[in-house]
This record gives sequence, C-alpha cells and structure tokens, in this order.
Amino acid sequence: MTEAAAQNPDSNHVIELHEVWKTYRMGSQDVHALAGVSLTIERGSFWAISGASGSGKSTMLNLLGCLDRPTQGRYALEGQDIALTSDDELSDLRLKHLGFVFQSFNLIPQLTVQENIELPLFYQGVDSAIAAKRAQAIAERVGLSDRLGHRPTELSGGQQQRVAIARALSNNPSVLLADEPTGNLDTATGDSIMELLTELHEQGKTIMMVTHEPEIADYAQFQLVMRDGKIESITENPRFAMAGA
Amino acid sequence: MMSSRFIRNVRLGIKTLLLHKMRSILTMLGMVFGVGAVIAMLAVGEGASKQALDQIRRLGSQNIIINSQKPIGQAASGSMQVRMNIYGLLYDDLARIEQSFSTIERTVPAKLIRGQGRVGGRTLELRLVGTTPNWFELVSRELLTGRVMTELDVESTASVVVLTEHGARKLLVGKTTIGSKVLINQGYFTVIGVIKSESTQSGTMQTPDQEIDAYIPLNVAIERFGDLAVTRSSGSRSRELVELHQLIVQVDSIENVESTAAGIERMLSMFHPKGDYRMSVPLALLRQAEATQRTFNIVLGSIAGISLLIGGIGIMNIMLASVTERTREIGVRRAIGARRKQIIGQFLIETVVLSVTGGFIGIGIGILIPWLITMFADMPTVVTLWSVLLSVVISIGVGVIFGMYPAMRAANLDPIVALRHE
Repeated sequence: MTEAAAQNPDSNHVIELHEVWKTYRMGSQDVHALAGVSLTIERGSFWAISGASGSGKSTMLNLLGCLDRPTQGRYALEGQDIALTSDDELSDLRLKHLGFVFQSFNLIPQLTVQENIELPLFYQGVDSAIAAKRAQAIAERVGLSDRLGHRPTELSGGQQQRVAIARALSNNPSVLLADEPTGNLDTATGDSIMELLTELHEQGKTIMMVTHEPEIADYAQFQLVMRDGKIESITENPRFAMAGA
Repeated sequence: MMSSRFIRNVRLGIKTLLLHKMRSILTMLGMVFGVGAVIAMLAVGEGASKQALDQIRRLGSQNIIINSQKPIGQAASGSMQVRMNIYGLLYDDLARIEQSFSTIERTVPAKLIRGQGRVGGRTLELRLVGTTPNWFELVSRELLTGRVMTELDVESTASVVVLTEHGARKLLVGKTTIGSKVLINQGYFTVIGVIKSESTQSGTMQTPDQEIDAYIPLNVAIERFGDLAVTRSSGSRSRELVELHQLIVQVDSIENVESTAAGIERMLSMFHPKGDYRMSVPLALLRQAEATQRTFNIVLGSIAGISLLIGGIGIMNIMLASVTERTREIGVRRAIGARRKQIIGQFLIETVVLSVTGGFIGIGIGILIPWLITMFADMPTVVTLWSVLLSVVISIGVGVIFGMYPAMRAANLDPIVALRHE
C-alpha cells in the first residue's frame, strides 16, 4: 500500500478538477490558458497530455503540480482544495504528494547523485541515515546504484533522467508529473526512460506526462489532447483497455 | 534534527562555494582586509595609548606637579659675565598651599641640585633631591636595602642619603652599602637605604624620579647648599636662585584633583605674575589622552565601517549574480517542495559562510600585522580580545545583512518562471 493511499483510503481519486479556469491579463485582454477544465484522475493511472503549443498543456501541468492556483474552479489534490492555500502550504503539498521530472533533468550540479535523490527527504526533515538508505533503494530501482557518488555532469543524459526520476520518487509521491521527459534524449534512451515509467505505472504509480510526440504518448494509458485551454479529447489506449478486459 | 539539517546546509553551502573557488576567494577579500585592518589598527592604537596612559598613571592620577621654570626673556641682574636669575617656587608657596586646601593629602617639595658623588676613587654625576619623607610615600619605589628618610632625619638635620640602585652600583661596588659615606659637593652623607628607580626617558612624560637621584632631607639641602646654584657654560657663569624646583601635591581623591589644581593655579598666579612655574596635572593629561583615544577609535570605527560596508556590498553583488545564475536550481528546489524560508536559509548560509571565512582570515591577518609591527618597528601593540570577538560578530552581521536581499530575491522567484529560466 502506498503512503498516499494510506492517508486517504476511501478515495480512489488522486486529482479532481472541476470547471477550472486560468486567466492571464495581457494588456487589456484576458487570455484564458485554461477555459473550464474538468477532469478526474484515478489512482494508478498513466496519462499523456498533448496539444499544440498554446493549447494550455503547460498551464495544466503547472496547476496539477501546485506551482500555480486556478483563477476559478476547484482543484483538489488528494481531496485537498488548493484554492486558498498559502505559498508554504503549496510547498508542503508538493513536498508530500508530488514528484517532478523535467525535460532538461534539472539535477543540482553541486550535489552528488545520492544527494540529488535525497533532496525531497532533506526538505521533509528525514533523518540522514534513513534518507541515505531510501535513496540507495530507489537508485537500485532505476538502475543507478553504482553511480551514487557521481556528479550529475559525469552522467549521460539517460542516466541523468533516471536520477531525476529517482529524486521524484524518493518522497513516495501520489502523482509523478513528467514534462517532456524524453525531449532531450535520443530515441533509444527515450524508450528506455519510457519503459521505466511504464514499469512504475505497473507498480501502481499515478503518472501525468506532457508530451508532443505521439509515439511517447502511446506509452500512456490515457491520451488527453488539449486545444485552446479546453480538453479536446480523451482516449484510452486500446492496449490497456484490452489488458483491463 | 534541526541542527543536523543546519549542518548539512552549511556543508552544502561550503560545497557550493568551493565550486567557484576563485570567485569565492575574491569575494571574501573585502571582508579579509576590512576585518584585518580593523584589528590591526585597533591593536596599534591600543598599544600606543596603553604606553601613554601607563606613563601618565606612573605620575599618579591624584597628583598635581608644579615645576619651577625660568621665565622667558627675564632681565638678568648683574654684569654680562655674571648673570643672576631669581625665579621659581618659594618655601612660602609650599606653606600657603598646605594651609589653603583641605583636599590635599600630602605635599612633596623638592630642591634639585646638580652634584657629584664620590666614594674613594669613584665619582658619579648626581641629581641631589632635597625632599621630605613624603617623597617615598608618593613616589613609592621598591626599597632594596636599609630604610628611607624619616621625620627623625629631618628633625635632627641628619646628613643621610638614600641612593638609587643605579647610584649604589656605581659608587659602592664591593662595599657595605648601609652606613657608607658618600662625598657629595664637599659634604659627607651617610647612606641609609637604596631604592629602585623607574626612570623612563622616552616620550614627553617623565617620572618624577631619575636613576641618578640621591635623596637627602630638604632642610639639610638648604643648610648645606643654599638656594644659589652656579652653572658654568662656555666661559660665562650663570647664577640661579631658586628655592624649590618642584612641588608635587597629592590630592585626597580623584574627584577633587581638578578643583584643587584650579585653586592652586589661581593662588600661584597671584604671587607669581611672571609665570615662573609650570603646572601639570596627570589626571587632565589622562583625560586628554583618553579623549584622544576615543576620537581615534571613532575614526577607526568609521574606516572599519566603510571597509566592511564595501566588503558586504561585494558579497551581496556576487550573491545576486549567483542567484541569477542558479535561478533554475531555485525553481527545482521550490518545485520539489522547499519553502521560501528554506531558500532564504540556503543563500543566507552561503553568504554568512563567505563573510565569516573572510572574517576569520582577516582576524589572522589582523593578529599577524601587529606582531610584525612589534617585531620590526618595535612599537607596542595590543590585540584586544574584544576586537576579535567584535570582528566575529560583525562578520556574521555583514553576512546576514548583505545576504538578506539576494536570498529574498531568490525566495521570491516564481517557481514556474524560475524553472523556465535558461
């Protein structure tokens, strides 16, 4: 049983969006980056969000990642409405429930692989001996246990992304948010990263991934296409539908 | 828990700073020289003032010293060859002062006569000091052997002399000290005791005693030698008639020193319109020296403040550049779940590590420089503990004050914008 499930055993809904709007003011004009989005994400699902640039997928990810608040509407993460939370509370939500994987890895260069993986645990105030143990276990899970003492710059792109995934997993988040995780990688390496994410999904992790590549989106269980700040379509991957049936 | 996180933060800060060693070193230089200059300057100032204050204290802060002084441009009576100068403090002055002021603890008159001491074949130029037993209470010096002058010696007009250690060594080598007879200016005196002398010729301040002193009772000095002194110089003789050369007045308490000095000054100026005396009040000198030291400290403090300000601005500048350079890192940390104040903490710690490391190197330099000055320039320096402690506090303060703005800038970055930063 995951930590998140333990906290909220009744709800199978990790994320709930109801009529969410995100409006920016540009000059005298209001721009609706999100225009009434409603969505429910069930625990353990794997979503790919795609759409043209300007479709609102980045705004969607920022919102899901509690980096931003909706202008209107309701967003609940693990049943908690984030509309009225303070900056510190948003930080705590991210720290507790979310893990981020970025296109450009975003590892902290002065830290070793192990220290990068431990970072969320460091902010949680986990005892350093326990954190080290957990970091080692996770590094093993992503296949990097022999690189713990290295600096990020000494690793290949694929290895760096694995470290980033390990870092995102170390706080055992409810949702893993991935923003173009294969965007900076060659096809073969990108595929291996996608296999890792698939593996994590199979182990029960909820994953939300933004991508513009159809073949990457194809790894996901659900494909959500955005257009003009609205959800244009949601399709379930037939592979999973068949597997589920 | 909190402290272990703090230690990890400090370690991380050091690690981050070590990534750019040259930059960190250059950033610290402002602090290094600022703190180093402060400590070194304070040490030199403290050394100089301690020396001056010690000299003044040796004169006694409860004392008022009045010296006879030949008035300038005084018309000499007599022929060109034989000049006669009559000036200085009178025996009456002593009596008047003693009677007029209730605040006076004791007075020490002194008649100073140039003389020559002779024992057997040995001779020594002496400064014969005709004084009272009070001298030995006021100018208290260690008694090496025998005894000092007493009232009994005065009453019986005994031809006794107290020598200094220097005089005894020169005149009485291999002889029994006490009871030896010394021929001084054609008169025999019996040695009754030997005291130490503390003559320092450096600086403007002098102790009342000199190492060539020989102390005899005042009344004996008057009886044997009179008030007339004849000095021969380059063919001409000059004659001086001086009753008392010096009068030291000890006041009963420090608070009364200045008023008593003013009273004596008024009285003397009435009887000595020619101004043939000079008064010095060590306490006033002490006050003056302390005031000078305060001014000096204010000037030093300002210089120190400016150099530390410049050091702090240098650190702030680099930290602002560092925040810009590490915008992405800040975004990542915030996305992971770091609170604003944790970002502030991280950058503040880095700044404080920089400023404190610079401060400590500065303290090292600030201690080394005075040591070198003492070694090579032979100037007294005193590195005070408080200046070192102050430097540590200031170093931390500079780090916190000048680190706050960059840290706030870092913490207030919008994580979304920060993550997108190239």
